[in-house]
Amino acid sequence: MTPVQTPSIFAPVSTPAFAIRELSFFVLGLTAVIFVIVAGFAIYTLIRFGRRPANPDLEPAQVYGSKQIELAWTVVPFLIVVVLFLVTARYVWGIERRAQPPDALEITLVGNQWWWEVRYPKLGIVTANEIHVPVSDASTPALTFITLQSVDVAHSFWVPQLAGKMDVIPNKTNRVWIEPRRVGTYVGQCAEYCGLQHALMLLVVVVHPKDEFQAWVAAQQTPPAEQGTVTAGRQLFSSLACINCHTVRGTRSNGVFGPDLTHLMSRSTLGAGAARNTPENLRAWVKDPGAFKTGALMPAMKLDDTQLDQLVAYLVTLR
Amino acid sequence: MNSTAARGRAGVIGFIVAETSLFAVFVVAYLFYIGKSATGPYPREVLDLPLVGTVCLLSSSITVARATRALAAGRIARTGAWLLVTVVLGLAFLASTAQEWRGLIVGRGLTIGTNLFGSTFYPLVGLHASHVIVGLVMLSLCAAFAWSGALKTVHADRVELVSWYWHFVDGVWIVVFTVVYVVGR
Amino acid sequence: MSSVPTAVPAPHDIAPASESSGVLATLHEWVVTVDHKRLGVMYVVTGLVFLVIGGLEATLMRLQLTLPGLTFVPAETFNRLFTLHGTTMVFLVGIPIIFGFGNYLVPLMIGARDLAFPRLNAFGFWVLLFGGVLLYFSFIGGDGLYGAGSAPAVGWFAYAPLSERAFTPGNATDYWNLSILITGFGTVATAINLIATIATMRAPGMTLGRMPIYVWTMLTVSAMTLLILPPLSAAQIMLLLDRFLGAHYFDTQAGGSAIIWQHFFWFFGHPEVYVLMVPGFGFVSEIIPVFSRKVIFGYASLVAATVAIGAVSFSTWAHHMFTVGMGGTLNSFFAASTMLVAVPTGVKIFNWLGTLYGGKLRFRTPLLFCCAFLFQFLCAGLTGIMLAVAPFDWQLTDSYFVVAHFHFVLVGALLFTIFAALYYWFPKVTGRMLSERLGRWHFWLFVIGFNVTFLTMHIPGFLGMPRRIYTYPADRGWDLLNLVTTAGVPLQAVAVLIFAFNLVYSLRHGEVAGDNPWEAWTLEWATSSPPPAYNFATLPGVTSRRPLWDVQHPDDPDGPHE
Repeated sequence: MTPVQTPSIFAPVSTPAFAIRELSFFVLGLTAVIFVIVAGFAIYTLIRFGRRPANPDLEPAQVYGSKQIELAWTVVPFLIVVVLFLVTARYVWGIERRAQPPDALEITLVGNQWWWEVRYPKLGIVTANEIHVPVSDASTPALTFITLQSVDVAHSFWVPQLAGKMDVIPNKTNRVWIEPRRVGTYVGQCAEYCGLQHALMLLVVVVHPKDEFQAWVAAQQTPPAEQGTVTAGRQLFSSLACINCHTVRGTRSNGVFGPDLTHLMSRSTLGAGAARNTPENLRAWVKDPGAFKTGALMPAMKLDDTQLDQLVAYLVTLR
Repeated sequence: MNSTAARGRAGVIGFIVAETSLFAVFVVAYLFYIGKSATGPYPREVLDLPLVGTVCLLSSSITVARATRALAAGRIARTGAWLLVTVVLGLAFLASTAQEWRGLIVGRGLTIGTNLFGSTFYPLVGLHASHVIVGLVMLSLCAAFAWSGALKTVHADRVELVSWYWHFVDGVWIVVFTVVYVVGR
Repeated sequence: MSSVPTAVPAPHDIAPASESSGVLATLHEWVVTVDHKRLGVMYVVTGLVFLVIGGLEATLMRLQLTLPGLTFVPAETFNRLFTLHGTTMVFLVGIPIIFGFGNYLVPLMIGARDLAFPRLNAFGFWVLLFGGVLLYFSFIGGDGLYGAGSAPAVGWFAYAPLSERAFTPGNATDYWNLSILITGFGTVATAINLIATIATMRAPGMTLGRMPIYVWTMLTVSAMTLLILPPLSAAQIMLLLDRFLGAHYFDTQAGGSAIIWQHFFWFFGHPEVYVLMVPGFGFVSEIIPVFSRKVIFGYASLVAATVAIGAVSFSTWAHHMFTVGMGGTLNSFFAASTMLVAVPTGVKIFNWLGTLYGGKLRFRTPLLFCCAFLFQFLCAGLTGIMLAVAPFDWQLTDSYFVVAHFHFVLVGALLFTIFAALYYWFPKVTGRMLSERLGRWHFWLFVIGFNVTFLTMHIPGFLGMPRRIYTYPADRGWDLLNLVTTAGVPLQAVAVLIFAFNLVYSLRHGEVAGDNPWEAWTLEWATSSPPPAYNFATLPGVTSRRPLWDVQHPDDPDGPHE
């Protein structure tokens, strides 16, 4: 698994996140200046007038106000606000109004309690918890437009280095776009409290060089070859309730409540970040998902050791 | 201006402001969901203008004003009579609402859970009706006190405050009527 | 014009008597009281008790988050903790303390005998207490027949449709709903009471323009309360209808809208935080002049700013919703209104600085807390500006940055002003001074602990840490920051313990205060400490905003200057 870097909003790699950082520098600069001036004046006042007075019993001059000063310190902040608003509006529209180019990659991200379904409608790919996109460069821009939907409660899509948050709300379709300009793996997670395991609804975005992305697409579009050695496990999978929730393309399994498992082993985690995707963890997960993620909506299937071994042997062939 | 009457007026005005804010949100929710029901029955199909009830309720504002004036003038018996008429008119309004709801629930199968129209109609009209009931209780008490001789001219200020509440309830009905039976249909 | 009071009955000693029958009798007195002073004390004490409870909840959460991957507090419990922490702090600490002070001080400051409706006042208090107990009863009764009981876990703003029965079965959410609904009625009642009192019961000569700024703030927030609490109640009634009668107000599976809950909630929720904060501004406006020995700078613009904040705050609510996809027009509008409300807020800071400037500062504990407030509130306001910039908010909202921001407002600003007010008015309420030495310990420990925790907390927000998570992964670079954040907690806890000890100790052993220990100028200082049940035997004439200044300076009264 590639090492993860801190998902700092000040380390953007994608156009909207760059724009927000630019704006943030302006705002931080402005607020820093205001802070220095006001706090500085406050400190000066407290020190100067906090010194032991020569004549403590004599009341100081009573100053009731000053129309000019009060007007000035109302008008100046108002003007600052006007400027700040105009700058803000420009960035709001700049990001929200970005038109979708005809060759943009389209992804539909569906929020579930507590995992992400990732669909590439035009490519016929369905996966979970990991988004793969091509890198964009100046000569051949590659934008990705993500449509956000929820099957249950409100979630929020947040990968700080790629874009600002966008909520994922049932009965509403939202859209967000990214344009990653650097290859790498970027992390995020659900940012709207969605119930018990909100903390374990992690998200990974892998940005590939263009050819590598095509290779990934091709691999995802091809169902894994059926292997003779794991017939027992495959039959177990087809005959148990697994197929009620999971899809494995190329087989009878076409359940949609849970993640698509066609290329399960191509993903780096299980349970949206609850555990690393290794055969040992996979076995433990299938045995009892609640061990990793209490309250996960996948029930423990109450399989015995033999069944588990067979099943996992089959699952690890789903690359 | 340190009188009990002034305090009472300020208090009731504050109360009416708060109640207005409460009703406003139910009205906003109703307006928001107009046209959004996925299935019927739809307002146009099942709602008739509740003209009789409305006329009764709005005239009861006139009668309660008459009652307040009568009490200020010291005519207790007349006050009692006007109050009684107000209560009767209010009851007539409630009866017409009850009849309407019976028709909707039993006749048309529209309940609070049927669709968004049902979900927003019953609470809005029901919230208003519950306020009518509270108002009728207060007015009946005033009428009873008028009848028993306990009500005196010195209480005119307080009865006026009850009438302000009643006018408020009637005002809310005008809004509800417009939103539900005119705009929403 | 002042007159010599005639024989004055001895004021009640509010410390409980020591004989057993005396205890019962005293308890009875307090339970049946309709005296605004007693009810005020009861409100504040209740609020402080819930503050400790809310603080314990926060401590548990911080302990878990000290290191990544800790789960000694199970996920479900953690989710209940942050739900109850937020709900408790807003509804059972902030509101009671704010309205408790209002209860106590407003009649005294305007020269009245009590509030307009004393029995309604008592009703308001008991309803609040009942609501608070009901909320915490959920720990036992929450799941009804299904489980051992549990508290709500939907977050203090209970977003739909998570709060609907489909996603949160059991009764825990209903306890949240009902308890807040009930306390809301009490708050509205108290607001009506305060408005009626201020409108009709001011002493002769006290025009609106001569009221203390604190009274203006209570008038403003009471008016706001009338307009914002009913919408919350309405939304909660709608949620009850959804959960119990099958309505679909927020039922997205049946075409209902999740967004409309947010609009209703935040229409209440945003002005609500101003309702909490603005009386804090009122405290500061009373305390700073006394400890600078100078009249407040710019009374009229402070009043105008107060009312403006109250009014403009109604137009800002959807800045909590910048990420729900409202579209550019609405996002821009709410960004504008949020930035606009910063103007009168900033103006107030300048007025207070203008009052300190040129004064002869007396750094007693009330002023210390006001000074800290100025810096903390400046920070809070500036981080608020950052959040008003919608695209920046798209990164900052729902992260630890916004958690740090609002704790700067509610703890660094509001709680500090409450501490200042407690040290300032304790002598009036009890007749005794709080210990200055303990006060300084309280102050420094709390300021340091608060900043260690909450200043640091902004950074995980910048680094992508969302809020309301019971644990976090170890590889995100948040570890050390969370450790430091938790390190500030013991300091604040010890500070609060010192304060609690100070309160209890000083009740019996504090230096006797006298009528006006701070040499202040508003009417509450023109009567004994504590005041008699009827408040004033005689009132000084009210000829300006500082009646006692006029009495002490007959050669240079305030009137002609105002």
